[in-house]
Amino acid sequence: MAIQRRDFLTLAGGGAAAGLAGCTGLFSGGENGSGNESNSSSGGSITGQELVLATTTSTYDTGLLDEVNAAFEENFGTPVQAISQGTGQALETARAGDCDVVMVHARSQEDEFMQNGYGINRRDLMFNDFVIVGPSDDPAGIGGSEDALGAFQAIAENESLFASRGDDSGTNTAELQIWEEAGVEPGGEWYLETGQGMGDTLNQASQQGGYTLSDRGTFISQQDEVELEILVQGPVEGGPEILANPYGVLAINPAVHEDVNYQLAMSYIGFLTSQEGQQVIEEYELDGEQLFFPQALSEDPNFQQYVPEDWQPDGENGGNATEDNATDE
Amino acid sequence: MALETALAVLDGMPFESNYVKSIVRVSLYVSVTAVVLSTLVSLPVALFVGFKDFPGKGLVTAIINTGMGFPSVVVGLVVLFAVSNQGPLGFLDLVFTPQAMIMSQFVLAAPVITGVSLAAVTGIDQSVRDAAYAMGGTRLDVALVVIKEARFGIATAILAGFGRAISEVGSVLIVGGNIAYADGEAYTRNITTAITLEARQGRYETAMFLGAILVSIVLLVNAIVGRLGGGGRTR
Repeated sequence: MAIQRRDFLTLAGGGAAAGLAGCTGLFSGGENGSGNESNSSSGGSITGQELVLATTTSTYDTGLLDEVNAAFEENFGTPVQAISQGTGQALETARAGDCDVVMVHARSQEDEFMQNGYGINRRDLMFNDFVIVGPSDDPAGIGGSEDALGAFQAIAENESLFASRGDDSGTNTAELQIWEEAGVEPGGEWYLETGQGMGDTLNQASQQGGYTLSDRGTFISQQDEVELEILVQGPVEGGPEILANPYGVLAINPAVHEDVNYQLAMSYIGFLTSQEGQQVIEEYELDGEQLFFPQALSEDPNFQQYVPEDWQPDGENGGNATEDNATDE
Repeated sequence: MALETALAVLDGMPFESNYVKSIVRVSLYVSVTAVVLSTLVSLPVALFVGFKDFPGKGLVTAIINTGMGFPSVVVGLVVLFAVSNQGPLGFLDLVFTPQAMIMSQFVLAAPVITGVSLAAVTGIDQSVRDAAYAMGGTRLDVALVVIKEARFGIATAILAGFGRAISEVGSVLIVGGNIAYADGEAYTRNITTAITLEARQGRYETAMFLGAILVSIVLLVNAIVGRLGGGGRTR
Protein backbone atom coordinates (compact mmCIF):
# COMPACT_ATOMS: atom_id res chain seq x y z
CA MET A 1 0.00 0.00 0.00
CA ALA A 2 2.68 2.39 0.96
CA ILE A 3 4.50 1.77 -2.26
CA GLN A 4 1.36 2.31 -4.30
CA ARG A 5 0.72 5.60 -2.59
CA ARG A 6 4.23 6.67 -3.36
CA ASP A 7 3.75 5.71 -6.98
CA PHE A 8 0.63 7.75 -7.22
CA LEU A 9 2.26 10.78 -5.69
CA THR A 10 5.24 10.44 -7.97
CA LEU A 11 2.88 10.47 -10.93
CA ALA A 12 0.93 13.41 -9.55
CA GLY A 13 4.17 15.26 -8.85
CA GLY A 14 5.46 14.43 -12.30
CA GLY A 15 2.24 15.73 -13.83
CA ALA A 16 2.48 18.92 -11.84
CA ALA A 17 6.10 19.30 -12.86
CA ALA A 18 5.23 18.76 -16.50
CA GLY A 19 2.44 21.29 -16.16
CA LEU A 20 4.78 23.82 -14.64
CA ALA A 21 7.35 23.13 -17.28
CA GLY A 22 4.66 23.79 -19.86
CA CYS A 23 4.02 27.22 -18.36
CA THR A 24 7.67 28.09 -18.40
CA GLY A 25 8.30 26.69 -21.85
CA LEU A 26 8.00 30.22 -23.12
CA PHE A 27 11.13 31.22 -21.26
CA SER A 28 13.24 28.14 -21.53
CA GLY A 29 12.63 26.84 -24.97
CA GLY A 30 10.41 23.96 -23.89
CA GLU A 31 13.39 21.68 -23.54
CA ASN A 32 13.13 21.87 -19.79
CA GLY A 33 9.92 19.96 -19.65
CA SER A 34 11.17 16.92 -21.44
CA GLY A 35 14.47 16.99 -19.59
CA ASN A 36 12.84 16.97 -16.21
CA GLU A 37 10.17 14.54 -17.11
CA SER A 38 12.70 11.97 -18.15
CA ASN A 39 14.25 12.47 -14.73
CA SER A 40 11.10 11.93 -12.76
CA SER A 41 9.65 9.09 -14.74
CA SER A 42 13.00 7.58 -15.80
CA GLY A 43 12.11 5.57 -18.86
CA GLY A 44 13.58 2.11 -19.08
CA SER A 45 13.56 1.50 -15.38
CA ILE A 46 12.28 -1.89 -14.27
CA THR A 47 10.49 -0.59 -11.26
CA GLY A 48 9.86 2.97 -12.31
CA GLN A 49 11.29 4.00 -8.95
CA GLU A 50 14.40 5.76 -7.88
CA LEU A 51 16.64 4.95 -5.02
CA VAL A 52 17.68 7.75 -2.70
CA LEU A 53 21.09 7.24 -1.13
CA ALA A 54 22.55 9.43 1.59
CA THR A 55 26.30 9.05 1.69
CA THR A 56 29.50 10.64 2.83
CA THR A 57 31.40 13.19 0.84
CA SER A 58 34.43 10.89 0.56
CA THR A 59 32.69 8.24 -1.56
CA TYR A 60 31.22 10.98 -3.69
CA ASP A 61 34.18 13.31 -4.14
CA THR A 62 36.57 10.53 -5.09
CA GLY A 63 34.28 9.56 -7.96
CA LEU A 64 33.74 6.00 -6.68
CA LEU A 65 30.04 6.49 -6.26
CA ASP A 66 29.42 7.44 -9.87
CA GLU A 67 31.18 4.27 -10.93
CA VAL A 68 29.25 2.03 -8.55
CA ASN A 69 25.91 3.66 -9.27
CA ALA A 70 26.40 3.44 -13.02
CA ALA A 71 27.01 -0.30 -12.63
CA PHE A 72 23.92 -0.64 -10.45
CA GLU A 73 21.79 1.26 -12.93
CA GLU A 74 23.08 -0.92 -15.74
CA ASN A 75 21.97 -4.03 -13.86
CA PHE A 76 18.67 -2.86 -12.44
CA GLY A 77 17.69 0.05 -14.63
CA THR A 78 17.19 2.07 -11.48
CA PRO A 79 18.93 5.42 -11.19
CA VAL A 80 20.41 6.31 -7.82
CA GLN A 81 19.91 9.76 -6.38
CA ALA A 82 22.96 10.33 -4.23
CA ILE A 83 23.01 13.05 -1.61
CA SER A 84 26.52 13.60 -0.30
CA GLN A 85 26.64 14.82 3.25
CA GLY A 86 28.82 14.22 6.28
CA THR A 87 28.19 10.93 8.05
CA GLY A 88 26.27 12.63 10.87
CA GLN A 89 24.07 14.57 8.48
CA ALA A 90 23.53 11.52 6.26
CA LEU A 91 22.33 9.51 9.24
CA GLU A 92 20.11 12.43 10.25
CA THR A 93 18.58 12.43 6.76
CA ALA A 94 18.05 8.69 7.17
CA ARG A 95 16.55 9.13 10.62
CA ALA A 96 13.91 11.41 9.09
CA GLY A 97 13.16 8.75 6.48
CA ASP A 98 14.26 11.06 3.66
CA CYS A 99 16.43 8.44 1.96
CA ASP A 100 16.22 4.69 1.42
CA VAL A 101 19.76 3.60 2.07
CA VAL A 102 22.86 5.06 3.77
CA MET A 103 26.55 4.50 3.14
CA VAL A 104 28.73 5.91 5.90
CA HIS A 105 31.95 5.39 7.81
CA ALA A 106 31.56 5.87 11.54
CA ARG A 107 30.85 2.59 13.26
CA SER A 108 29.89 4.19 16.56
CA GLN A 109 27.26 6.37 14.88
CA GLU A 110 26.03 3.48 12.76
CA ASP A 111 25.64 1.34 15.88
CA GLU A 112 23.59 4.00 17.61
CA PHE A 113 21.44 4.31 14.52
CA MET A 114 20.87 0.55 14.43
CA GLN A 115 20.22 0.31 18.14
CA ASN A 116 17.54 2.96 17.90
CA GLY A 117 15.81 0.80 15.34
CA TYR A 118 16.18 3.19 12.38
CA GLY A 119 18.52 0.97 10.41
CA ILE A 120 18.31 -2.63 9.34
CA ASN A 121 20.59 -5.10 7.57
CA ARG A 122 23.87 -3.33 8.00
CA ARG A 123 26.72 -4.77 5.94
CA ASP A 124 30.44 -4.14 5.98
CA LEU A 125 31.18 -2.79 2.53
CA MET A 126 34.76 -1.72 2.07
CA PHE A 127 37.57 0.06 3.80
CA ASN A 128 40.38 2.42 3.20
CA ASP A 129 42.33 4.37 5.74
CA PHE A 130 43.01 7.76 7.19
CA VAL A 131 46.30 9.51 6.81
CA ILE A 132 47.74 12.40 8.76
CA VAL A 133 48.79 15.05 6.28
CA GLY A 134 50.66 18.27 6.82
CA PRO A 135 53.07 20.78 5.30
CA SER A 136 56.35 19.44 4.02
CA ASP A 137 58.40 21.42 6.55
CA ASP A 138 56.55 19.45 9.25
CA PRO A 139 56.96 21.79 12.25
CA ALA A 140 55.81 19.14 14.74
CA GLY A 141 58.25 16.59 13.34
CA ILE A 142 55.80 13.74 12.90
CA GLY A 143 56.92 12.64 9.44
CA GLY A 144 57.44 8.91 9.01
CA SER A 145 56.10 8.10 12.45
CA GLU A 146 54.08 4.93 12.79
CA ASP A 147 52.38 6.16 15.91
CA ALA A 148 49.24 8.14 15.20
CA LEU A 149 48.63 8.94 18.87
CA GLY A 150 52.18 10.19 19.29
CA ALA A 151 51.83 12.32 16.17
CA PHE A 152 48.68 13.96 17.49
CA GLN A 153 50.37 14.55 20.85
CA ALA A 154 53.34 16.16 19.10
CA ILE A 155 51.05 18.45 17.11
CA ALA A 156 49.29 19.50 20.31
CA GLU A 157 52.49 20.05 22.28
CA ASN A 158 54.01 22.04 19.48
CA GLU A 159 50.71 23.89 19.07
CA SER A 160 51.00 23.42 15.32
CA LEU A 161 47.96 24.39 13.35
CA PHE A 162 45.46 21.56 13.00
CA ALA A 163 42.38 21.84 10.81
CA SER A 164 39.50 19.71 12.01
CA ARG A 165 36.37 19.21 9.98
CA GLY A 166 34.23 19.68 13.05
CA ASP A 167 31.18 18.56 11.12
CA ASP A 168 30.23 15.30 12.78
CA SER A 169 31.41 13.42 9.70
CA GLY A 170 33.00 9.99 9.81
CA THR A 171 36.44 11.55 9.49
CA ASN A 172 35.66 14.02 12.27
CA THR A 173 34.43 11.17 14.47
CA ALA A 174 37.64 9.22 13.84
CA GLU A 175 39.75 12.31 14.52
CA LEU A 176 38.05 12.99 17.85
CA GLN A 177 38.57 9.37 18.83
CA ILE A 178 42.29 9.67 18.15
CA TRP A 179 42.52 12.82 20.26
CA GLU A 180 40.72 11.02 23.04
CA GLU A 181 43.01 8.02 22.93
CA ALA A 182 46.02 10.30 22.73
CA GLY A 183 44.81 11.91 25.94
CA VAL A 184 44.65 15.38 24.45
CA GLU A 185 41.74 17.74 24.71
CA PRO A 186 42.10 19.65 21.43
CA GLY A 187 41.42 23.34 21.63
CA GLY A 188 43.12 26.67 21.65
CA GLU A 189 44.15 28.85 18.79
CA TRP A 190 46.03 26.13 16.94
CA TYR A 191 42.89 23.96 16.57
CA LEU A 192 40.51 25.14 13.85
CA GLU A 193 37.14 23.67 13.09
CA THR A 194 36.39 24.33 9.44
CA GLY A 195 32.84 22.97 9.56
CA GLN A 196 33.23 21.88 5.94
CA GLY A 197 33.88 18.83 3.82
CA MET A 198 37.23 17.08 3.45
CA GLY A 199 38.18 18.91 0.28
CA ASP A 200 37.56 22.33 1.81
CA THR A 201 39.38 21.32 4.96
CA LEU A 202 42.40 20.11 2.97
CA ASN A 203 42.40 23.43 1.15
CA GLN A 204 42.33 25.36 4.39
CA ALA A 205 45.06 23.26 5.97
CA SER A 206 47.13 23.75 2.82
CA GLN A 207 46.61 27.50 2.67
CA GLN A 208 47.52 27.95 6.31
CA GLY A 209 50.30 25.37 6.52
CA GLY A 210 48.52 23.15 9.00
CA TYR A 211 47.94 19.47 9.64
CA THR A 212 44.74 17.56 9.21
CA LEU A 213 43.35 14.04 9.21
CA SER A 214 42.08 12.97 5.82
CA ASP A 215 40.73 9.81 4.30
CA ARG A 216 43.27 8.56 1.81
CA GLY A 217 40.85 8.63 -1.12
CA THR A 218 39.95 12.31 -0.87
CA PHE A 219 43.58 13.21 -0.28
CA ILE A 220 44.72 11.35 -3.40
CA SER A 221 42.00 12.92 -5.48
CA GLN A 222 43.05 16.38 -4.28
CA GLN A 223 46.78 16.08 -3.77
CA ASP A 224 47.60 18.06 -6.90
CA GLU A 225 45.59 21.00 -5.62
CA VAL A 226 47.12 21.23 -2.16
CA GLU A 227 50.58 21.64 -0.72
CA LEU A 228 50.34 18.86 1.79
CA GLU A 229 51.91 15.47 2.07
CA ILE A 230 51.20 12.26 3.91
CA LEU A 231 53.24 12.27 7.11
CA VAL A 232 51.69 9.34 8.94
CA GLN A 233 50.39 6.41 6.92
CA GLY A 234 47.31 4.37 7.69
CA PRO A 235 47.03 0.59 7.75
CA VAL A 236 46.77 0.31 3.96
CA GLU A 237 50.45 1.28 3.83
CA GLY A 238 51.34 -0.52 7.04
CA GLY A 239 50.35 2.21 9.49
CA PRO A 240 48.54 1.81 12.80
CA GLU A 241 45.13 0.16 12.98
CA ILE A 242 43.55 3.19 14.63
CA LEU A 243 43.69 4.91 11.23
CA ALA A 244 41.49 2.24 9.62
CA ASN A 245 38.42 3.59 7.87
CA PRO A 246 35.70 0.99 7.35
CA TYR A 247 32.55 1.79 5.40
CA GLY A 248 29.17 0.27 6.09
CA VAL A 249 25.94 0.32 4.14
CA LEU A 250 22.53 -0.02 5.75
CA ALA A 251 18.87 0.09 4.80
CA ILE A 252 16.33 2.28 6.55
CA ASN A 253 13.99 0.17 8.63
CA PRO A 254 10.66 0.11 6.78
CA ALA A 255 8.92 -0.59 10.09
CA VAL A 256 9.90 2.92 11.21
CA HIS A 257 9.41 4.73 7.90
CA GLU A 258 6.79 2.94 5.87
CA ASP A 259 7.38 4.95 2.71
CA VAL A 260 11.06 4.16 2.26
CA ASN A 261 11.82 1.93 -0.69
CA TYR A 262 13.08 -1.03 1.26
CA GLN A 263 13.19 -3.49 -1.63
CA LEU A 264 15.29 -1.18 -3.78
CA ALA A 265 17.52 -0.44 -0.83
CA MET A 266 18.15 -4.15 -0.37
CA SER A 267 18.82 -4.64 -4.07
CA TYR A 268 21.40 -1.89 -3.80
CA ILE A 269 23.02 -3.41 -0.73
CA GLY A 270 22.86 -6.79 -2.40
CA PHE A 271 24.56 -5.46 -5.50
CA LEU A 272 27.29 -3.61 -3.62
CA THR A 273 28.14 -6.67 -1.57
CA SER A 274 28.01 -9.04 -4.55
CA GLN A 275 31.04 -10.23 -6.48
CA GLU A 276 30.32 -7.73 -9.20
CA GLY A 277 29.80 -4.75 -6.90
CA GLN A 278 32.90 -5.60 -4.90
CA GLN A 279 34.86 -5.88 -8.11
CA VAL A 280 33.78 -2.40 -9.20
CA ILE A 281 35.02 -1.09 -5.85
CA GLU A 282 38.29 -3.00 -6.11
CA GLU A 283 39.01 -1.86 -9.63
CA TYR A 284 38.26 1.79 -9.08
CA GLU A 285 41.47 3.74 -9.34
CA LEU A 286 42.46 7.35 -9.30
CA ASP A 287 45.89 8.42 -10.49
CA GLY A 288 46.75 4.73 -10.70
CA GLU A 289 46.02 4.13 -7.05
CA GLN A 290 43.35 1.88 -5.62
CA LEU A 291 41.24 3.95 -3.24
CA PHE A 292 38.88 1.47 -1.61
CA PHE A 293 39.30 -2.14 -0.60
CA PRO A 294 36.26 -4.42 -0.78
CA GLN A 295 35.33 -6.06 2.48
CA ALA A 296 31.92 -7.64 1.97
CA LEU A 297 33.05 -10.94 0.51
CA SER A 298 34.46 -12.85 3.38
CA GLU A 299 35.27 -16.44 4.14
CA ASP A 300 34.58 -15.65 7.73
CA PRO A 301 31.06 -14.22 7.90
CA ASN A 302 31.07 -11.93 10.85
CA PHE A 303 27.65 -11.77 12.47
CA GLN A 304 28.43 -8.46 14.12
CA GLN A 305 28.48 -6.67 10.77
CA TYR A 306 24.70 -7.00 10.48
CA VAL A 307 23.93 -5.65 13.93
CA PRO A 308 25.49 -3.14 16.28
CA GLU A 309 28.68 -4.35 17.90
CA ASP A 310 27.97 -6.19 21.15
CA TRP A 311 24.37 -6.56 20.11
CA GLN A 312 22.09 -8.32 22.56
CA PRO A 313 18.88 -9.48 20.89
CA ASP A 314 15.94 -8.44 23.03
CA GLY A 315 13.09 -9.19 20.68
CA GLU A 316 12.25 -5.52 20.18
CA ASN A 317 14.28 -4.93 17.04
CA GLY A 318 13.89 -8.36 15.52
CA GLY A 319 13.62 -9.26 11.86
CA ASN A 320 9.81 -9.41 11.92
CA ALA A 321 9.65 -5.70 11.38
CA THR A 322 9.17 -5.93 7.62
CA GLU A 323 6.39 -8.47 7.87
CA ASP A 324 4.59 -6.31 10.40
CA ASN A 325 4.81 -3.50 7.95
CA ALA A 326 3.49 -5.52 5.06
CA THR A 327 0.27 -6.26 6.92
CA ASP A 328 0.12 -2.82 8.37
CA GLU A 329 -2.31 -1.19 5.99
CA MET B 1 16.32 30.50 -29.25
CA ALA B 2 19.16 32.35 -27.63
CA LEU B 3 19.34 29.72 -24.92
CA GLU B 4 19.77 26.92 -27.45
CA THR B 5 22.59 28.81 -29.11
CA ALA B 6 24.22 29.49 -25.78
CA LEU B 7 24.02 25.83 -24.83
CA ALA B 8 25.35 24.76 -28.22
CA VAL B 9 28.48 26.77 -27.55
CA LEU B 10 29.18 24.46 -24.62
CA ASP B 11 29.97 21.57 -26.93
CA GLY B 12 33.16 23.29 -27.90
CA MET B 13 34.23 23.75 -24.29
CA PRO B 14 36.72 21.50 -22.49
CA PHE B 15 34.07 20.29 -20.01
CA GLU B 16 31.57 17.48 -19.98
CA SER B 17 29.01 19.52 -21.82
CA ASN B 18 26.04 17.33 -20.93
CA TYR B 19 26.84 17.74 -17.28
CA VAL B 20 26.98 21.51 -17.60
CA LYS B 21 23.89 21.63 -19.79
CA SER B 22 21.76 19.63 -17.42
CA ILE B 23 22.91 21.78 -14.51
CA VAL B 24 21.97 24.94 -16.38
CA ARG B 25 18.66 23.37 -17.32
CA VAL B 26 17.86 22.54 -13.69
CA SER B 27 18.81 26.06 -12.63
CA LEU B 28 16.59 27.67 -15.24
CA TYR B 29 13.69 25.28 -14.69
CA VAL B 30 13.69 25.76 -10.94
CA SER B 31 14.26 29.51 -10.90
CA VAL B 32 11.97 30.42 -13.78
CA THR B 33 9.16 28.29 -12.36
CA ALA B 34 9.64 29.78 -8.91
CA VAL B 35 9.66 33.32 -10.30
CA VAL B 36 6.57 32.75 -12.47
CA LEU B 37 4.70 31.35 -9.50
CA SER B 38 5.84 34.14 -7.17
CA THR B 39 4.86 36.74 -9.75
CA LEU B 40 1.37 35.26 -10.01
CA VAL B 41 1.01 35.58 -6.25
CA SER B 42 2.99 38.76 -5.70
CA LEU B 43 1.38 41.05 -8.28
CA PRO B 44 -2.20 40.77 -6.95
CA VAL B 45 -0.87 41.17 -3.41
CA ALA B 46 1.12 44.25 -4.42
CA LEU B 47 -1.91 45.76 -6.17
CA PHE B 48 -4.15 45.02 -3.22
CA VAL B 49 -1.78 46.38 -0.60
CA GLY B 50 -0.91 49.31 -2.81
CA PHE B 51 -4.45 50.54 -3.45
CA LYS B 52 -6.55 49.34 -0.57
CA ASP B 53 -6.61 50.84 2.88
CA PHE B 54 -7.16 48.22 5.52
CA PRO B 55 -6.27 47.75 9.17
CA GLY B 56 -2.81 46.25 9.56
CA LYS B 57 -1.56 47.58 6.25
CA GLY B 58 1.58 48.88 7.91
CA LEU B 59 2.23 45.48 9.41
CA VAL B 60 1.79 43.72 6.06
CA THR B 61 4.20 46.15 4.42
CA ALA B 62 6.69 45.57 7.21
CA ILE B 63 6.40 41.79 6.76
CA ILE B 64 6.99 42.11 3.01
CA ASN B 65 10.03 44.29 3.58
CA THR B 66 11.44 41.88 6.16
CA GLY B 67 10.87 38.99 3.77
CA MET B 68 12.99 40.71 1.14
CA GLY B 69 16.09 40.25 3.24
CA PHE B 70 15.20 36.97 4.86
CA PRO B 71 18.23 34.68 5.15
CA SER B 72 18.02 31.96 2.53
CA VAL B 73 19.52 29.17 4.63
CA VAL B 74 16.76 29.70 7.18
CA VAL B 75 14.20 29.40 4.40
CA GLY B 76 15.95 26.19 3.34
CA LEU B 77 15.75 24.79 6.85
CA VAL B 78 12.08 25.66 7.21
CA VAL B 79 11.20 24.17 3.83
CA LEU B 80 13.26 21.05 4.68
CA PHE B 81 11.31 20.59 7.90
CA ALA B 82 8.06 21.09 6.02
CA VAL B 83 8.74 18.62 3.19
CA SER B 84 10.80 16.05 5.08
CA ASN B 85 9.02 12.75 5.53
CA GLN B 86 8.32 13.67 9.13
CA GLY B 87 7.14 17.19 8.29
CA PRO B 88 3.60 18.39 7.64
CA LEU B 89 4.04 18.07 3.86
CA GLY B 90 6.00 14.84 4.10
CA PHE B 91 3.22 12.84 2.45
CA LEU B 92 3.88 14.69 -0.80
CA ASP B 93 7.32 13.07 -1.01
CA LEU B 94 8.97 16.30 -2.08
CA VAL B 95 12.21 16.29 -0.15
CA PHE B 96 15.33 16.33 -2.38
CA THR B 97 13.34 17.11 -5.54
CA PRO B 98 13.35 20.11 -7.88
CA GLN B 99 9.85 20.87 -6.60
CA ALA B 100 11.24 21.41 -3.09
CA MET B 101 13.85 23.74 -4.58
CA ILE B 102 11.07 25.64 -6.35
CA MET B 103 9.28 25.99 -3.02
CA SER B 104 12.26 27.52 -1.29
CA GLN B 105 13.03 29.85 -4.19
CA PHE B 106 9.38 30.84 -4.27
CA VAL B 107 9.57 31.82 -0.60
CA LEU B 108 12.72 33.82 -1.31
CA ALA B 109 11.56 35.56 -4.48
CA ALA B 110 7.94 36.36 -3.57
CA PRO B 111 8.69 39.07 -0.98
CA VAL B 112 11.19 40.73 -3.31
CA ILE B 113 8.76 40.78 -6.22
CA THR B 114 5.93 41.95 -3.97
CA GLY B 115 8.00 44.64 -2.31
CA VAL B 116 9.49 46.13 -5.45
CA SER B 117 6.17 45.93 -7.35
CA LEU B 118 4.43 47.56 -4.43
CA ALA B 119 6.80 50.48 -4.67
CA ALA B 120 6.20 50.61 -8.43
CA VAL B 121 2.40 50.57 -8.32
CA THR B 122 2.13 53.04 -5.45
CA GLY B 123 4.34 55.31 -7.50
CA ILE B 124 1.67 55.48 -10.21
CA ASP B 125 -0.18 58.72 -9.97
CA GLN B 126 -3.62 58.59 -8.35
CA SER B 127 -5.00 60.46 -11.37
CA VAL B 128 -4.28 57.46 -13.61
CA ARG B 129 -6.54 55.29 -11.49
CA ASP B 130 -9.18 57.98 -11.24
CA ALA B 131 -9.18 58.36 -14.99
CA ALA B 132 -9.50 54.64 -15.53
CA TYR B 133 -12.46 54.49 -13.14
CA ALA B 134 -14.01 57.53 -14.77
CA MET B 135 -13.86 55.79 -18.12
CA GLY B 136 -16.13 53.16 -16.62
CA GLY B 137 -13.39 50.61 -16.07
CA THR B 138 -13.93 47.63 -13.83
CA ARG B 139 -11.57 46.83 -11.00
CA LEU B 140 -9.67 44.49 -13.33
CA ASP B 141 -9.39 47.16 -16.03
CA VAL B 142 -7.98 49.59 -13.53
CA ALA B 143 -5.51 46.99 -12.29
CA LEU B 144 -4.41 46.32 -15.87
CA VAL B 145 -3.96 50.01 -16.55
CA VAL B 146 -1.86 50.37 -13.44
CA ILE B 147 0.22 47.32 -14.33
CA LYS B 148 0.76 48.77 -17.78
CA GLU B 149 1.85 52.10 -16.36
CA ALA B 150 4.11 50.47 -13.80
CA ARG B 151 5.51 47.85 -16.15
CA PHE B 152 9.07 49.01 -15.90
CA GLY B 153 9.00 48.88 -12.11
CA ILE B 154 7.28 45.49 -12.19
CA ALA B 155 9.81 44.14 -14.66
CA THR B 156 12.53 45.32 -12.31
CA ALA B 157 10.74 43.53 -9.47
CA ILE B 158 10.59 40.26 -11.38
CA LEU B 159 14.20 40.66 -12.37
CA ALA B 160 15.22 41.24 -8.77
CA GLY B 161 13.25 38.16 -7.76
CA PHE B 162 14.90 36.10 -10.48
CA GLY B 163 18.33 37.32 -9.44
CA ARG B 164 17.66 36.34 -5.85
CA ALA B 165 16.30 32.94 -6.88
CA ILE B 166 18.94 31.83 -9.36
CA SER B 167 21.97 33.02 -7.45
CA GLU B 168 20.91 31.53 -4.15
CA VAL B 169 22.80 28.50 -2.85
CA GLY B 170 22.04 27.86 0.82
CA SER B 171 18.43 26.78 0.71
CA VAL B 172 18.50 24.76 -2.52
CA LEU B 173 21.50 22.82 -1.23
CA ILE B 174 19.57 21.92 1.92
CA VAL B 175 16.24 21.00 0.34
CA GLY B 176 17.51 19.74 -3.03
CA GLY B 177 20.45 17.63 -1.92
CA ASN B 178 22.60 18.59 -4.93
CA ILE B 179 21.78 15.33 -6.74
CA ALA B 180 23.17 14.29 -10.10
CA TYR B 181 22.97 10.80 -11.55
CA ALA B 182 25.96 8.61 -12.16
CA ASP B 183 25.95 9.55 -15.85
CA GLY B 184 26.32 13.22 -14.96
CA GLU B 185 22.70 14.20 -15.59
CA ALA B 186 21.70 16.72 -12.94
CA TYR B 187 18.51 16.15 -10.98
CA THR B 188 18.59 18.72 -8.19
CA ARG B 189 22.03 20.11 -8.93
CA ASN B 190 21.86 23.67 -10.10
CA ILE B 191 24.61 26.11 -10.99
CA THR B 192 25.20 27.41 -7.49
CA THR B 193 25.24 24.05 -5.74
CA ALA B 194 27.43 22.63 -8.50
CA ILE B 195 29.92 25.44 -7.91
CA THR B 196 30.01 24.55 -4.21
CA LEU B 197 30.68 20.92 -5.07
CA GLU B 198 33.30 21.62 -7.72
CA ALA B 199 35.15 23.97 -5.39
CA ARG B 200 35.00 21.36 -2.63
CA GLN B 201 36.61 18.89 -4.99
CA GLY B 202 39.28 21.35 -6.01
CA ARG B 203 38.02 21.50 -9.62
CA TYR B 204 38.25 25.24 -9.77
CA GLU B 205 38.19 25.46 -13.56
CA THR B 206 34.77 23.91 -13.82
CA ALA B 207 33.60 26.00 -10.88
CA MET B 208 34.80 29.20 -12.53
CA PHE B 209 33.19 28.22 -15.79
CA LEU B 210 29.86 27.60 -14.10
CA GLY B 211 30.24 30.92 -12.33
CA ALA B 212 30.72 32.63 -15.66
CA ILE B 213 27.56 30.97 -16.98
CA LEU B 214 25.60 32.14 -13.94
CA VAL B 215 26.77 35.72 -14.40
CA SER B 216 25.97 35.55 -18.11
CA ILE B 217 22.43 34.33 -17.43
CA VAL B 218 21.78 37.12 -14.96
CA LEU B 219 23.20 39.69 -17.39
CA LEU B 220 21.17 38.25 -20.26
CA VAL B 221 17.94 38.33 -18.31
CA ASN B 222 18.78 41.85 -17.22
CA ALA B 223 19.22 42.92 -20.81
CA ILE B 224 15.99 41.28 -21.97
CA VAL B 225 13.94 42.79 -19.19
CA GLY B 226 15.59 46.15 -19.70
CA ARG B 227 14.57 46.09 -23.34
CA LEU B 228 11.01 44.98 -22.60
CA GLY B 229 10.41 47.51 -19.87
CA GLY B 230 12.67 50.30 -21.02
CA GLY B 231 10.37 51.44 -23.83
CA GLY B 232 7.63 52.69 -21.54
CA ARG B 233 7.69 55.14 -18.71
CA THR B 234 9.20 58.18 -20.35
CA ARG B 235 7.75 60.76 -18.02
